[in-house]
Amino acid sequence: MNLGKVIGTVVSSKKVESLVGVKLLIVQPLDEDLNPSGAPVVACDSQQAGPGQIVTYIGGREASLPLPDPFNPSDATITSIVDEVD
Amino acid sequence: MQLARVVGTVVSTRKDEKMVGVPFMVLRDLDLENQLSGGSIIAADPMGVDRGEVVLYSKGSSARQTEMTRDRPNDAVILGVVDQWEVGGVEKYHKFKTITPKKSPK
Amino acid sequence: MKIGKVIGTVVSTLKLEQYIGEKMLLVKILDPDGTETSETLVAFDRCQAGKDDVVLLIDEGNSARQVLETGPTGVVRAVCVGYVDSVNLYK
Repeated sequence: MNLGKVIGTVVSSKKVESLVGVKLLIVQPLDEDLNPSGAPVVACDSQQAGPGQIVTYIGGREASLPLPDPFNPSDATITSIVDEVD
Repeated sequence: MQLARVVGTVVSTRKDEKMVGVPFMVLRDLDLENQLSGGSIIAADPMGVDRGEVVLYSKGSSARQTEMTRDRPNDAVILGVVDQWEVGGVEKYHKFKTITPKKSPK
Repeated sequence: MKIGKVIGTVVSTLKLEQYIGEKMLLVKILDPDGTETSETLVAFDRCQAGKDDVVLLIDEGNSARQVLETGPTGVVRAVCVGYVDSVNLYK
C-alpha cells in the first residue's frame, strides 16, 4: 500500500459495468514526510474519502477486491483514511 | 488508473488466438492539466471509444478483469470515458467545454 | 522480497473491516547495501518490528494473503515477514 492525498474527482458516465456506482478520485502519492512523490493516479473509493484527506491505497490486482463487484479492472483502490503518521 | 487520450487504433490480423476479437487503441497519457505527458500505451477497448476521447485505463493483471479480456494475455484495458475531472475544486477538463488552463501569476 | 527500514506507523480508524487489529508500518525501501531508495510503502506487520528496524518484506498479493491468512479476498500486498540481522554481499 501507499500513502496518498485525495486532490480531486473524476466523473465518468460510460464505463465498464463492474465499476458503475464506484466513486473515482484523483490521488497524489506521498512520501514519508507527506510531500508529493510521483505522478497522480485515479483510484476507486471504498471508504467514502473526501478531498484533502490523507489515505492509503492499494495497487495492482488486489485493488479489485474491496469493491462491490470484485471482478472489475481497478488497479488502484483507497483502503483506509489515515488519522496519523508518526 | 490513468487518464489518457485516444490517439489511434492498432490493426493486427496475425495475432495470438486468444486475442482475436479484441480491439486495440493507442493512448497517450494526460497530466492533470489535460496536456499530453510523455508515455503512450496500447490498451484493449471493451466499450467502443472514439478517436480523441479522454478515457481511463488500468494496467497490470487488473486489466484481465473485464468480460472481454477475461483469461486473455492482456495488460492494459480502457475502463471508462471521462466526462469531467477537477483538482482542488477547480475544473480541469469537461467533455463539452473548452477549459484554458490559467497561468500562474509570476 | 524487499529489504526496508521501518520509519513510522500509520494510524487509521476508517478502514476496510479486514484491516481491523492489524498494525500498519511505514517502510522505506533499502538497496541491498543499505542506502535508502525513494520508495516508501505501507506494510502490515508480522514480525513485531519497531522504529528503525530493518525488515524483510513481501510486496506481492498471493504471498501476503498466505502470511496474513486472509483467504482469497484479502486486500493485502505488502507485509513485513522478518527482522533482518545482517546482509552479506559478495565482493
